[in-house]
Amino acid sequence: MINKKVDNVIDALRGVTGGMTMIFGGFGLSGIPENAIAKLVDLEVSELTCISNNAGVDDFGLGLLLQKKQIKKMISSYVGENDEFERQMLSGELDVELIPQGTLAERCRAAQSGFPAIYTPAGYGTEVAEGKETREFDGKMYVLEHAFKADFGFVKAWKGDAAGNLIFKGTARNFNPNMCGAAKITVAEVEELVPVGSLDPNQIHIPGIFIQRIFQGDFYEKRIEQLTVRQKN
Amino acid sequence: MLDKNGIAKRIAKEVKDGYYVNLGIGIPTLVANYVREDIEVEFQSENGVLGMGPFPFEGREDADVINAGKQTITTLPGASFFDSAMSFSMIRGQHVDLTILGAMEVSENGDIANWKIPGRMVKGMGGAMDLVASAENIIVAMMHTNKKGESKLLKQCSLPLTGVGCVKKIVTNLAVIEVTELGFVLQERAPGVSVSDIVNATDGNIIVNGSIPEMEL
Repeated sequence: MINKKVDNVIDALRGVTGGMTMIFGGFGLSGIPENAIAKLVDLEVSELTCISNNAGVDDFGLGLLLQKKQIKKMISSYVGENDEFERQMLSGELDVELIPQGTLAERCRAAQSGFPAIYTPAGYGTEVAEGKETREFDGKMYVLEHAFKADFGFVKAWKGDAAGNLIFKGTARNFNPNMCGAAKITVAEVEELVPVGSLDPNQIHIPGIFIQRIFQGDFYEKRIEQLTVRQKN
Repeated sequence: MLDKNGIAKRIAKEVKDGYYVNLGIGIPTLVANYVREDIEVEFQSENGVLGMGPFPFEGREDADVINAGKQTITTLPGASFFDSAMSFSMIRGQHVDLTILGAMEVSENGDIANWKIPGRMVKGMGGAMDLVASAENIIVAMMHTNKKGESKLLKQCSLPLTGVGCVKKIVTNLAVIEVTELGFVLQERAPGVSVSDIVNATDGNIIVNGSIPEMEL
């Protein structure tokens, strides 16, 4: 067993500096690497390029880094829940690249899988395709999209072991598996770090080979963005 | 004239037995409430769930089980969770049978705009560009006019596009309209709405063939 376990978030973020490109798992506030984000705020690293489907909300998730103006550029598919983000973008303080959600997933997966680029139909004929190579396959047009190149990837799983094996829960899975191994260093944080050998190899979602560092988060708020319930009648 | 629930109710009639359906945020989400109970349908959410159920009972919500609108949901027996790449494999790979989404504008040739108002509102496209680039069967659910009373059915979209030539059918508070090679073709009127009401509220050219039936809801 190759040990990927580090003792805490400080060790997990060793080598992080300003100006880096970082990939973050999560959809909305679900499945975000809460502990790594909180530590990045503490470290006060700035000029970051962040790749994440969303940008958090004003006071949680990547919104915490935005508030401190630590992010130079954001690459996302949907940023609708964050007023501070919108303000920084419209005022030009923040550089923003909005890309289709499936393209975001595949640009991660391409980086993970050793593909330099992929062709997707998404965005053809729109401003997303401007300046990009397009090509026809069987009468339909596709856009060439390149694999991400990132320094750090931060993902969050439900359970993991010191070998780096990961299991996700519910829709907190989202982009996390696609981002493992998509950066030079992938840091996984888990709600529960279990003893090696206790996870059933049949049930592993992401094998440890994609992970460089793993640690158990101190605390997870797991904030719900839109609490919707039905009443018992 | 229909309200948002009425639009959802009419669109629910397009949902057939055995369909996998992706519902967008807003009016499309309401469609699930009106699908016939004697057919089997599975709802897909782009954030990685197939087999979505209703909202949870109070106190049973789980932060790890949400839909694309970030609302807490439940799953039904037979449901599955998966990652985002697989979710969009279902979408781009045309494994989803029906896509229902909202729009700010639709043009005569089926172009759709729904993600950006330059200089004013930029929320992003989310999964909409992937959905409209691939789905064979796309229904747009929207109000016929915007808050200023301007038509959302245009000759050409004025806003940045989400996709080109992809919308096949539009259901609004006023009408059911098909998008064909000849442009908009009026199919049905909402209750209490006349053909001339619809034509007047439509900026693009709209073809009216014979008498137009009222929607059955």
